[in-house]
Amino acid sequence: MVQAPDLLVQTVWEGLVSGVLYALIALGFVLIFKASGVFNFAQGIMVVFAALTLVGLYEKGVPAFLAVILTLGVMFALAVTIERVVLRPLVNQPDIILFMATFGITYFLIGFGESLFGGNPKQMIAEQLYLPKGAVDLQILGGLVSLQKIDIAAAVIASLMIAALAVFFQYTRIGRALRAVADSHKAALSVGISLNQIWVIVWFTAGIVALITGIMWGARSDVSFALEIVALKALPVLILGGFTSIPGAIVGGLIIGIGEKLGEFYWGPLIGGGIESWLAYFIALGFLLFRPQGLFGDKIIERI
Amino acid sequence: MLYREAGQYKSSYASDMAVFPLKEDRIGIAVILAIALVAIPFLGSDFFIASVMIPFLVFSLAAIGLNILTGYTGLISLGTAAFMGVGAYSCYKLTTLFPGVNIIVLILVSGLFSAGIGVLFGLPSLRIKGFYLAVATLAAQFFLQWAFVRVPWLFNYNASGAIEVPQRTLFNIPLTGAAATPETRYFVCLGLVVVLTWFASNIVHGKLGRSWMAVRDMDIAAELMGIKLLNAKLAAFAVSSYFCGVAGAMMIFLWYGGGEAADVFSIRLSFNILFMVIIGGLGSLIGSFFGAAFLSILPTALKFGLPALGIPIQGAAAEHVTFMLVGALIITFLIVEPHGLARLWQIGKQKLRTWPFPY
Amino acid sequence: MKTSNLLKGAALGALFAAGALAPAMAQDSVYFANNAYRTGPFSGSGIPIGDGMRDYITMINERDGGVNGVKVVYEECETGYDTKKSIECYEQAKSKNTIVYSPWSTGATLAAIPRAHVDKIPILSMAYGLSSSADGTNFPWVFIPPFTYWDGASVMVRHMAAELGGMDKLKGKKLGLIHLDAPFGKEPIPVLENLAKKYGFELKLYPVAAADMQNQGSLWLSIRRDRPDYLYNQGWGAMNPTAVKEAAKNNFPMNKFVGVWWAGGDDDARAGGDQAKGYKSLSWTLSGTEAPAMQDIVKFVVDKGKSTTPKEKVGEALYNRGVYNAMLVVEGIRNAQKLTGKKVINSEDMRRGLESLNLTEARLKEIGLGGFVTPTTISCTDHSGHSKMFVSEWDGAKWTKKGDWVEPLKDEVRPLIESNAKDYVEKAGNWPKRTEPCEKSS
Repeated sequence: MVQAPDLLVQTVWEGLVSGVLYALIALGFVLIFKASGVFNFAQGIMVVFAALTLVGLYEKGVPAFLAVILTLGVMFALAVTIERVVLRPLVNQPDIILFMATFGITYFLIGFGESLFGGNPKQMIAEQLYLPKGAVDLQILGGLVSLQKIDIAAAVIASLMIAALAVFFQYTRIGRALRAVADSHKAALSVGISLNQIWVIVWFTAGIVALITGIMWGARSDVSFALEIVALKALPVLILGGFTSIPGAIVGGLIIGIGEKLGEFYWGPLIGGGIESWLAYFIALGFLLFRPQGLFGDKIIERI
Repeated sequence: MLYREAGQYKSSYASDMAVFPLKEDRIGIAVILAIALVAIPFLGSDFFIASVMIPFLVFSLAAIGLNILTGYTGLISLGTAAFMGVGAYSCYKLTTLFPGVNIIVLILVSGLFSAGIGVLFGLPSLRIKGFYLAVATLAAQFFLQWAFVRVPWLFNYNASGAIEVPQRTLFNIPLTGAAATPETRYFVCLGLVVVLTWFASNIVHGKLGRSWMAVRDMDIAAELMGIKLLNAKLAAFAVSSYFCGVAGAMMIFLWYGGGEAADVFSIRLSFNILFMVIIGGLGSLIGSFFGAAFLSILPTALKFGLPALGIPIQGAAAEHVTFMLVGALIITFLIVEPHGLARLWQIGKQKLRTWPFPY
Repeated sequence: MKTSNLLKGAALGALFAAGALAPAMAQDSVYFANNAYRTGPFSGSGIPIGDGMRDYITMINERDGGVNGVKVVYEECETGYDTKKSIECYEQAKSKNTIVYSPWSTGATLAAIPRAHVDKIPILSMAYGLSSSADGTNFPWVFIPPFTYWDGASVMVRHMAAELGGMDKLKGKKLGLIHLDAPFGKEPIPVLENLAKKYGFELKLYPVAAADMQNQGSLWLSIRRDRPDYLYNQGWGAMNPTAVKEAAKNNFPMNKFVGVWWAGGDDDARAGGDQAKGYKSLSWTLSGTEAPAMQDIVKFVVDKGKSTTPKEKVGEALYNRGVYNAMLVVEGIRNAQKLTGKKVINSEDMRRGLESLNLTEARLKEIGLGGFVTPTTISCTDHSGHSKMFVSEWDGAKWTKKGDWVEPLKDEVRPLIESNAKDYVEKAGNWPKRTEPCEKSS
């Protein structure tokens, strides 16, 4: 490990960046889970759908920033539709039914997205959105550490967004309402908070998070339906961090991201490589055996 | 009128405890079996049998397996596909090591290996539960899938890295391999599914099944009543994985006939089976069949049925429509009847019981 | 009452029979089923291929009114690159009496091979699928022209040697193989291992799990650490653009990075932006629309709005491979017609047609693809042809041919094919012995 300190630094950086992106996907899950108790399987496809809409609109001749705004509009419409068509009729059903419904949403969005924009991978319009490209090369530790500007931007934007969310939750009226709903649906209802409105807001927020994740991940590789599979990595992150904790999602994302990169880099070659696909789950499992509710999850006290 | 229990008296304990205590149920089962045994093989085309019925049977068995774990014991698993894979690969290893032993026996035995692996990955269930437990099974899913590709011993060092299903016969009738007709393969599947369903039905209605349900409903209470959680949960993992393993072996040997098995047993399959269970009805054997029928036959029917009916929709567009329709149907079903198709079935039976005078 | 029912039944039966017979009598046509994947994570590669195939067949039907007057009814079956769906597609193709089955995925090919030998449907897996199926003696129903993945791997080694200055210069060098962690991706390993032993270079493997296709960060760090001299990319779908981007990001010299032919799509390279300039890929079909047959496609199909491809995408690398595959089918039909004297051929005739396919330079010129590809000869024992290929280079906008046509190391590949085919047949048990007589090459 000491032989190539520059590579170690690079590995940690790579892990950090993918950790941030995992955390962003996980954040979408947490937002929805907190407010509506729905384990939103569709978050992965929402990321793809948002990015596809953005690129698809741009390809149809809409200017880049107008496309962003229109995409936000689409995500809002999606949130309203989901609330009206799926959540409202299913209120008070067991969690697993709502989980199942989000799978229906996933299926629908896959078909809908592909029929609108086609299934071929598309390039993210990173330049048009003034995202930086190129790399910062640091000559340190007797080697080269190269930081992609887009990755730095991803980290900065993610931190900004998390800060914004924190402010939104802490200091605004809607934020307080959201926290109230997260604590208890019934109590929130009884003090006059409209659950339906809160759900729309929360799904829309998750949609915004999805769009940003989609832009960032799309700029790193490509916008295609394969991204949906990457989004599954958010599951160990969630489990590690706890389903209900935003800081948990972030810390979990970083642990998983850095852990799996280091693991693949240093131990992968010993057993044939490609262990990244399952290492994240074993890391999460290891943590869980000592803290069954996740790092920051609420401990559920069961009584008979 | 047509369906009621009034007037059917039980005169012995055995008849009271029968799996199908009602005459109508027995008639119904006989009709279903007659359709399955006679009508389908003789009237169905090869395409129907090979692409609709065999997948349906395989998925039904896998769904029963998962239902035992999730529906009856309340433990969520997202690693079903991997446990199926264990069954498929063990069956492949077994049949190359013991080519003389009948393939049906080996398919049944290969489930045991799957059960063993299932117990191993079920151990964390003692400490964690709910969606958190899902991570343990996800670890199984991704680790096992990786192993299927990375451990060449499992696929006999084939250059192609795929399972190549050899021909195996019974009374000189080929059961597996390319020469096996869809009808033969269908009959083998049907036989296995019927026997194993009967087996599952006996387990879930027996002592073990009741202890599982107790654990599902309230594990602490179950423990207080003297049910050993460790044994009950691990037994659920074992039995569930056994069914999944057999389904996996059937999938490769009787349906796919070889191929890139590691790719087949992916997370997508795990999710699909979980959804079959939920759509069909948690904690219901017949629901597993309904769920499997819904999610395995519907896409095929839409894809090939629509063009056959003269609706000119093909290729990618058909695939998109299929995705959207399945998604919409899942949501509609959940809204109309969140307890799954099995509940609809029960309601239907209830209605029949009082028909035609419901008041 | 009874008689009327009987009559009704008979009438109904007659109707059904007429309905079933009608399409067969309607006109002279042959049915050809092609698997396509215009959806799912691999659609980026699947769409141009499907378009190329469809457009060439449409062109033949439009320009010539079919093959010798026999229309080719082309139907796509959507698989989404999913083996389960491709098996359905196979059953569907079989029930509709396809003359040839075109699986378009290695997984689908593997699943179809045993069935095809029983159902007597030829499989045309063009430069993909089971490498050992090039052995025609054991696999009479499978065709894998113009070469196998093993040929490709050997050409990669030859390319490396040519740049270094000779096979003896390979000693002590490092070749990295970045591959999809699935049977398709692992295909070149045995040949590369043999060659590594023989020429003394080191082989490093970098597997990419399907779930991590777009998440290759740590793998490329390993590549940075190991510093392989050359990198061979056996990737597919969304994995390729990500790999090209990562290579650019990690400052891996692009001119040492070579993709297998399926990793050489235009969109794959375009994703890397300016930095992808110099990325190489093996190929055997020229890009562009210069060839007369390609011009006809533009004239008869694209300009008339009968294609789903935007005009600027006609002539891209993967599109042209689709064209090549469709050309093989059409030429197979033509050859089968010549051999049997029938106009409407069936799948067994098609097998004979493919087995004695001899695409000479002159013949290629005739069909308007002269210089577009090299001649290929399929024979009774050799179902692949082991044709020549070339290394093409991405210049930032399109693929251009660099260097000469290179022959694969047939002496290395052929024994491996034969031993593996024997192994396959032995393991399968009761594999049908070849009874089909050999055709004389035309």
